[in-house]
Amino acid sequence: MLSFDLTDEQQLLKDSVERFIERSYPFDKRRASSKSDEGFSREHWKQFADLGWLAVGLPEEQGGFGGAREVAVLMEAFGRGLVTEPWLASVLLAGGTIARAGSAEQQEELLGALIAGESVMAFAHGEPKSRYDIARVETTAKKAGDGWKLDGHKAVVLNGDAADRLVVSARTAGKARDKEGISLFVVDPKAGGVEVRGYPTNDGGRAAEVKLSGAAGTLLGAEGKAYAVIEETIDRAAAAVCAESLGLMDVLNAMTLDYSKTREQFGQKIGAFQALQHRMADMFVALEEARSLADVYMADVDSDDLAERQRAVSALKVQCDKSARKVGQEAIQLHGGIAMTDDYQASHYFKRLSIIARQFGDVDWHLDRYAALTQ
Amino acid sequence: MKITYTAEEESFRQSVRAFVEAELDPGTRKKVLNGLNMSKQDYVGWHGKLATRGWSCPHWPQEHGGAGWSPMQHFIFDEETSNAGAPGMMPFGPDMVAPVIWTFGNEEQKKQHLPGILSGEVWWCQGYSEPNSGSDLASLRTKAERQGDHYIVNGGKTWTTLAQWADWMFCLTRTDSSGKKQEGITFLLIDMKTPGISVHPIITMEGGHEVNQVIFDNVKVPVANRIGEENKGWTYAKFLLGYERSGMAGIPQAKRALARLRAIAADQEDADGTLAENPRFRRKMSDVEIQIVTLEATMLKLLAQQVQGKTPGPEASFIKIRGTEIDQLLTELTMEAVGPYVAPFAPEALDTGWNEEPIGPDYAAPVAPGYFNTRKVTIYGGSNEIQKNIIAKHVLGL
Repeated sequence: MLSFDLTDEQQLLKDSVERFIERSYPFDKRRASSKSDEGFSREHWKQFADLGWLAVGLPEEQGGFGGAREVAVLMEAFGRGLVTEPWLASVLLAGGTIARAGSAEQQEELLGALIAGESVMAFAHGEPKSRYDIARVETTAKKAGDGWKLDGHKAVVLNGDAADRLVVSARTAGKARDKEGISLFVVDPKAGGVEVRGYPTNDGGRAAEVKLSGAAGTLLGAEGKAYAVIEETIDRAAAAVCAESLGLMDVLNAMTLDYSKTREQFGQKIGAFQALQHRMADMFVALEEARSLADVYMADVDSDDLAERQRAVSALKVQCDKSARKVGQEAIQLHGGIAMTDDYQASHYFKRLSIIARQFGDVDWHLDRYAALTQ
Repeated sequence: MKITYTAEEESFRQSVRAFVEAELDPGTRKKVLNGLNMSKQDYVGWHGKLATRGWSCPHWPQEHGGAGWSPMQHFIFDEETSNAGAPGMMPFGPDMVAPVIWTFGNEEQKKQHLPGILSGEVWWCQGYSEPNSGSDLASLRTKAERQGDHYIVNGGKTWTTLAQWADWMFCLTRTDSSGKKQEGITFLLIDMKTPGISVHPIITMEGGHEVNQVIFDNVKVPVANRIGEENKGWTYAKFLLGYERSGMAGIPQAKRALARLRAIAADQEDADGTLAENPRFRRKMSDVEIQIVTLEATMLKLLAQQVQGKTPGPEASFIKIRGTEIDQLLTELTMEAVGPYVAPFAPEALDTGWNEEPIGPDYAAPVAPGYFNTRKVTIYGGSNEIQKNIIAKHVLGL
């Protein structure tokens, strides 16, 4: 059965998050918190917890609710607001991984604090040479007494500098690019042997390089068997940023259309020029295509059938990135110089779309995977 | 294309190479080759070195200081200086206002302005666009009112590139609003030190300060600084735009960007080897290379005509469209090549003298800012939509 309609619960979630973005998340406030030390507002984070959003996509046993469609509802609205709070890093990437890999005890301890807004976490998986290759893990973990010691370098860890817990992938067996032999660990970033170098990112967020030298870690899940868990985490993140891109594109299309109805050149509104009308029609089509695909296939991200899930995620990422490229570049061009400026909001939406295209697999990476699954 | 060079051309190449080797400041060269922030001195210093050799404005007529080269010599010179990491010439003086001055200016103006442009001592900026006059440039409203021997200028210009470094501005002003909008425009040369001029930075999306808003508040400009006749400025402005656009091919810069892209791709590891060995990415790089050599072929033909004294016509619009599209494609492919490390925002890493460990590979920091900043090129200098209108109207006769 296909249903494009949101359930009542999903509609409630959508109304609540959209209302928050519209009323409580103005651009100047976002800009200020984006430039703050942590890159987001702890006050907002507390509100997210109170509104129940930090539970979205997490297991019901831990107080969580919803799956990929609920995540998509949230992320699309976050796209509209250019939200910089670490929901993706903390709840989806770190929390989701803990939910899939952790013992009941670990889940209760870590996810409880996460959902309550008391803890911010980050997922430290990518490495300087891994690009989008999920199995390329060179960081190592070795047994030391009752625990583990980790050594390695984790790259572009989203919100890694705000996190009080890091979920780190490391190799306990095999060599880089082996799917077997990857394990997950929980690491306290304040502990010895962990160096966190935080920095702002081009999309207004923050990330960190995390260097581990003999850092203590607690094993999360089965030793050497984390690949499938991580792969699902990355798939879910890819789908989530696709949903985010829908919100971003929608804002850019609306801004462009609005500008074309007010900006005059050659004695008329620029929206009266047929050449520009056709291009705005193409931007509209690009967004509608991405949205249709997301409406129909987002539910497959929850599928237990691995191939079905991966085909859906890869199709989504390819289509959303392609649509986003069109909408983002055209939005700047059709505005002209004004959209080149830091003062004008469109440039910030464009930048976020440009970074999404380089996260969790680019168009070619997902095309390759889709092609391999279709053979 | 296999170009065969004569012995003279080969020897010319050697002399250019030797000159660049000896004279180009290593600090400047490093900035150019690594996409780092340039200072005014980087441009002016190199320009000055070239000027001592008589090579700063080689495309000018010889009587004004041009080198009198053959098209092939220009080609060789561009290739050698670019490969060596020499900065590009800022176009505003040498490529834009100078041809207007020697074509429409009086003797006094030629004597006053051309030597400073040739030597690089005087920095020019372009006062064309206004907040409400972008693509529709002729609708400009910055007013110049005649009072005795002066014009009193009021209004404002925007997107003024590097106005913060400029000594002079060439400026389009409105002297008559009664007739067709193109008919009441006057072309003035304005000393940026004149009281009443203020320069306000505009920060672009990548975080850089390159463009400005320039406000005129009762600025007194001598009538002697008017080019040609009052109300005929549009003719001179359009003449200049032809030069501006044909200068936008940016072939040497595109080749350098492609070389950098190839080096990055060779450093990025892919599933089976490096990204540079990935057949699909190789095809993408080859595709852009073919676009570059195609544009280069067009430029060579145009250059041959220009050396024979022909003013660039509407074909310059085609050069501008393709040159800027190629620029954008290159910056986008470079984003693709760098992958996840495009995310860190590290503006301090673009300044020389920054010696901390880079975040990710050392080539990553300028890549996203470069991509963002390069979105401007299809907008400025007459947007590419305007260029297509020019081709449709003046070439195709539609």
